[in-house]
Amino acid sequence: MTLEGLLFGLLSLAIFLALTRLVRGPSLPDRAVALDLMAVLTVGFIGIYAVVMNRPIFLDLALVLALIAFLGTVAFAHFIEKGELPWRKS
Amino acid sequence: MAQVLSVALLVIGAAFMLIAAIGVARLPDLFMRMHSSTKSATLGVGCVMLGAALHFGDLAIAVRALATLVFLFITAPVGAHVLARAAYFAGVPLWQGTLSDELRGHYDRATHTLTGPNKP
Repeated sequence: MTLEGLLFGLLSLAIFLALTRLVRGPSLPDRAVALDLMAVLTVGFIGIYAVVMNRPIFLDLALVLALIAFLGTVAFAHFIEKGELPWRKS
Repeated sequence: MAQVLSVALLVIGAAFMLIAAIGVARLPDLFMRMHSSTKSATLGVGCVMLGAALHFGDLAIAVRALATLVFLFITAPVGAHVLARAAYFAGVPLWQGTLSDELRGHYDRATHTLTGPNKP
């Protein structure tokens, strides 16, 4: 087993475990936590992919994904707490 | 030498992310799961980004990797706090074995403000 196979295998297993929580999670905040974790794991996956493929341009992608994942988490939290979407004030 | 250190950091980071996912899949309660996912996964991504910065060895690329790291270290606690607060207001049940919930009765669920124990 090669080293990059080990790294990708570990991260794929991690994303699969987060996916089981996303499917199983009893409440909406559980699923939001699982989605947040999947986004963070994907940032790590992109970092490892950039190193393995020797393409540093992918690190920019990791930065953008981290930004968007944070926005998504805050939007989910706002939706759970207020019960409405932030741009649709009633 | 830098290559060896970089590979070691990548493996350690991947292992930490796997530990975070195991915690999220197996811990009994939302807040315990959140503690696992936030801290361990952020540390794992930090290790991976440090390993990438060491592997490329170029200043411009290293700054980008470290910017990702700093951004994650700033936003992960903020996001986790916002989500945990929302989940507490939504009334997500705690684990049956929880011994104390020090926030119980101190939050006004209608106005979403914290009232201290001394207020009438």
